[in-house]
Amino acid sequence: MENIVQNIQGVPLNHYIIFCSIIFAIGVIGVLIRRNVIIIMMSIELMLNAVNLLLAAFSAYRGDASGQVFVFFVMALAAAEVAVGLAIIIMVYRNTKSVDIETLSKLRW
Amino acid sequence: MTVFYLVAFLAIFFALMTIFTKNPVHSVLYLVITFFTLTIHYILLNAQFLAVVNFIVYMGAIMVLFLFVLMLLNLNKESEPMKSNFVKIMGAIAGMCLIATLLGAFRVIEPNNQMVVGNEEVGLVKNLGKVLFKEFLLPFEISSILLLTAMVGAVLLAKKDVKKV
Repeated sequence: MENIVQNIQGVPLNHYIIFCSIIFAIGVIGVLIRRNVIIIMMSIELMLNAVNLLLAAFSAYRGDASGQVFVFFVMALAAAEVAVGLAIIIMVYRNTKSVDIETLSKLRW
Repeated sequence: MTVFYLVAFLAIFFALMTIFTKNPVHSVLYLVITFFTLTIHYILLNAQFLAVVNFIVYMGAIMVLFLFVLMLLNLNKESEPMKSNFVKIMGAIAGMCLIATLLGAFRVIEPNNQMVVGNEEVGLVKNLGKVLFKEFLLPFEISSILLLTAMVGAVLLAKKDVKKV
């Protein structure tokens, strides 16, 4: 049984770092190429999750529980952010009938 | 070990599908699958509590919230605003540059190929609860205030203005 667990888990730390940076970069690309505000918020969630996974990986690597507690806080923060962000999106949609982020460019003036 | 690479491949694939699918509802569903693969990663890391919280909070609560809003606004493929091809290519190139920079930075720091072997005790609720309520008691209480503020703010923002209507 121990052997199976070792086989499942033995992954170098570097591979976790690379994997999480790829996911993070995908989130950045999503923010850059989409115009739908909701998809942009989803890309932000993707980035948050990449960081969460990396924190958990470091926590498991060091055998320290603090990293996992941090992930817990990030999740609480993400929930709050999504609630407020989606409320703002609904309000904007009610006023402009669009979720296109370009319609918000009039906020410059 | 191979499980990690399989699940990592799936996660990257579905994350790419999330940002490249035109239909927003499909995009949300792909994101749910991505989060599910990340839950498997947490289990592989022996972070059982985080896996369950990720499953319930992210996939259960946050993604349902996204789906509700998408369906409430009645968005579909036809109404989806798309950027021009030039901006898309530039965005993709910028993302690739970010990956290249990060990978180059990781190569410079000393190669660390030690295995990540999760400790069975660390990720359990008992251990995490002790750390959470001893060392991180103040941030925990502050985050409760943050959640309350977010709840009040969300209701206040999304509510229709009675006087105007």
